[in-house]
Amino acid sequence: MHTFEFIRPADPAAAVATAAQAKTAQQGADVRFVAGGTTLVDLMKLNVETPARLIDINRLPLDKIEATADGGLKIGATARNSDLAHHPTVQQDYAVLSQALLSGASAQLRNMATTAGNLLQRTRCMYFRDTAMPCNKREPGTGCSAITGSNRTLAILGTSEHCIASNPSDMCVAMAALEATIHVQGLKATRAIPIGDFYLLPANTPNRETVLEPGDLITHVTLPPPIPGSKQLYLKLRDRASYEFALASAAVVITVAGGKVTRARIALGGVGTKPWRSREAETALVGQPANDANFRKAAEAALRDAKPQSENRFKIELAKRCLTHALKTATTA
Amino acid sequence: MRDDDTQSGPSDPTRREFLLTTGGAAAATVIAAYTPAHASSTAGPSGSAAATADGPNIEGAVPITLRINGKDRQLRVDPRTTLLDCLRETVALTGTKKGCDHGQCGACTVHVNGRRVNSCLSLALMHDGEEITTIEGLGTPDGLHPMQAAFVAHDGYQCGYCTSGQIMSAVALLKEPCGPDDAAVKELMSGNICRCGAYANIVAAIQQVRKNT
Repeated sequence: MHTFEFIRPADPAAAVATAAQAKTAQQGADVRFVAGGTTLVDLMKLNVETPARLIDINRLPLDKIEATADGGLKIGATARNSDLAHHPTVQQDYAVLSQALLSGASAQLRNMATTAGNLLQRTRCMYFRDTAMPCNKREPGTGCSAITGSNRTLAILGTSEHCIASNPSDMCVAMAALEATIHVQGLKATRAIPIGDFYLLPANTPNRETVLEPGDLITHVTLPPPIPGSKQLYLKLRDRASYEFALASAAVVITVAGGKVTRARIALGGVGTKPWRSREAETALVGQPANDANFRKAAEAALRDAKPQSENRFKIELAKRCLTHALKTATTA
Repeated sequence: MRDDDTQSGPSDPTRREFLLTTGGAAAATVIAAYTPAHASSTAGPSGSAAATADGPNIEGAVPITLRINGKDRQLRVDPRTTLLDCLRETVALTGTKKGCDHGQCGACTVHVNGRRVNSCLSLALMHDGEEITTIEGLGTPDGLHPMQAAFVAHDGYQCGYCTSGQIMSAVALLKEPCGPDDAAVKELMSGNICRCGAYANIVAAIQQVRKNT
């Protein structure tokens, strides 16, 4: 691990001012915020992340989970995954989020990992994690080892010729289906960024994963009020029964009235370079009878643009069956 | 502070002391690049403790206080030191094990402020002033914690390397939301890997303690 200066700021403004001295944006930058450490300390040990300065935000007052005036929920940046998953409001009104969180990592890691840290969780692509290998995300311009290498677990949606790294998060998939908003405090202003606008596709710059600018501190996430009568489900398929990243997952928030789908929010995990909201699947469903044939049509629409690599063609059918099963289970529960 | 200090002279170093000595020398050359000023002034309330603290006397080491197993310990740590390495190498509490060192095996599980965490993925100085419980703080050879006794009774181990992490996880699980059946226990224990495959007996031990408490 490289040496670093450890800083414990007095307040969020001080944290932002220090972080704004970074040359690049948050991920991979020379100044990094640290909270749970479950991603960052891991990657610092591998010399994948080599910050010169580490800003400990654990003691900033950013860990509250509270109702918003409009009936939604405000989730602090440093609220731990376990606390969020077991929060009564989350279990009651945002079950898909609780299920997604509890399907991720282990109980120990969930006690450490935070909301903002999970939003910025980095890929598990083995070439990204190995500094001996070329990787455009870690070291732009060196090439992608995964496209011609081991890519069984990697993305089939949103890839580019420069990067096929999959986003590993479960929480973010649920938040995409819940249409969360990410609140950021920057050097000049605060911003509210819909989660759909927060992540960038790899394209030519896979090293740039979000729209965050140097100094930007995620302070909290808000969820809109729950949709009355909606059914929610997170379904995760993986190589082991527990403690494993998704090969394919689906988060669904769906409303059915009179046998027809009146509203649907659908996101996929394990298959995309970012938490993958599928408006194609939503459009295919709304107004249609809630039955197996239409669920399958929605799944076909969601995966229509999928681009498999040498080892992960199976993910296309797996993701389709995952979404179909999730929709069926959610609407018959 | 280590127990083996009195048992081995300079000409007869234990394996652990040898590693500590050579490791310290190697670290010192690396640390020279580190600028301690900011870290020492911002790392916490225990700055005055440096003179009496345990830990390597090297440039850049930061004073912290950890309350370990009910006792305040004033320590000096390189900022890069994980909580795991701090417990094992600085405080010489070697009951907590290093398995993968990347949060994938659970051997390093300890409690921070009563909650279980992977000590390998946490920096020691992030825990300045916090309460740490290790396997050494659970019970004694003559007064085992009920979970330790249950692991013995159910043969919940073979080689024993993962056992302290398993037990720390199991004790924390008692206070967490967990369904009554074995499947719920397995799910919540999935962060602790046992290469010997003692899982069935581990689950039996945990279920026995849950029934009796």
